[in-house]
Amino acid sequence: MAMLIQLITSFIAAMGFGIIFNAPKESLWKCGFVGMLGWMTYILITAQGVDEVPATVAAAFLIAIVSQVYAKVYKAPIIIYIVAGIIPLVPGGMAYNAMRNFVTNDYITALSLAAKAFMISGSIAMGIVFSEVVNQLLKQSRLKRIG
Amino acid sequence: MNLEQSIEKQYDIMDVSLLAGKIMLESGAETYRVEDTMMRIAASYGIKESHSYVTPTGIMFSIETEEPTKTKLMRISDRTTDLKKVMLVNSTSRRISNGELDVPQAYRILKQIDRSEETYSLKIRIGAASIASGCFLLMFQGSTADFIPAVITGGIGFMSVVYFQQLISIKFFAEFMASFIIGLLALLFIQLGIGQELDKIIIGSVMPLVPGLLITNAVRDLMAGHLISGLSKGAEAFLTAFAIGSGIAVVVTFL
Repeated sequence: MAMLIQLITSFIAAMGFGIIFNAPKESLWKCGFVGMLGWMTYILITAQGVDEVPATVAAAFLIAIVSQVYAKVYKAPIIIYIVAGIIPLVPGGMAYNAMRNFVTNDYITALSLAAKAFMISGSIAMGIVFSEVVNQLLKQSRLKRIG
Repeated sequence: MNLEQSIEKQYDIMDVSLLAGKIMLESGAETYRVEDTMMRIAASYGIKESHSYVTPTGIMFSIETEEPTKTKLMRISDRTTDLKKVMLVNSTSRRISNGELDVPQAYRILKQIDRSEETYSLKIRIGAASIASGCFLLMFQGSTADFIPAVITGGIGFMSVVYFQQLISIKFFAEFMASFIIGLLALLFIQLGIGQELDKIIIGSVMPLVPGLLITNAVRDLMAGHLISGLSKGAEAFLTAFAIGSGIAVVVTFL
């Protein structure tokens, strides 16, 4: 049941972000799907007791791969799909907790939370870059086969 | 074709490329996509060599021909997020590359895209922001009792960021005020006994303001070698995050 709620809410939240960013109407379902896929990957991996950082890398990687496929199939800029998918992974809650500890003068906790939030942002970037690398490699191998 | 006409034509091509670049940059496309689109458009109209330099606040574009190099500069002052325009310009540039559009036609189509209204009305976007806030609350393991408070706070938070931005065009101030209002409302719900967890409500409602697009674009720009754009977008994202954080912090510390 809890899983079902996560599935539905992440789908709707990613679609909502599509609307906030004025994504084209026909791409909203895909935005929702990409968001759901990324969030479920993240949830399932962290549920196994794995740290948030590798889980975020894996989720961002998957989001970027699926977005690339969508971008290729529908001939649209990849950013439309990637953004909605990435949003749930952004460590907003952690950054908030860090900020909260900063203002209550608990600097040690605040710093460790901030460092964690920074690491997670970095791992989102890493996931995206990895998928770009895979994409370029595929493109090159295809070019070689033709040439 | 005499010299005068050919110079005229080259300026027209530049105008088309620059307009395409301007729309894309104002709508939140990545820097490398803007540069790529502008050079592709120029190339498909027969300009062999063109250079573009794009930063979040301005575009420089120059083309090399037999005559002396021509350069134009365009200042970009406001940037919003409108992914539909990015897609429309992208498909127009595809059509130009396929040779389907001549210069005046392309210019007309791009002008139309530039003037077109946003896809969703403000009401729909506020609605989407409030529902997304509620969903984020549930995603972050908040209790279902807090769903309604998060929906209301998230909606009002998003509304106030739009309102304050129209009032005073300082993004930092708008975001600060919006998150301050979110903090106040969340606190109010707790005091009234409607909400249960202050932290969860605030985190859920703040999510529509989080600079997700900026962060993604900053990283993609940095990786593509557009260091200045990447860094300045990163700075913008950091400022936004700081505004949100300090708005909430004021509520948490003083109330």
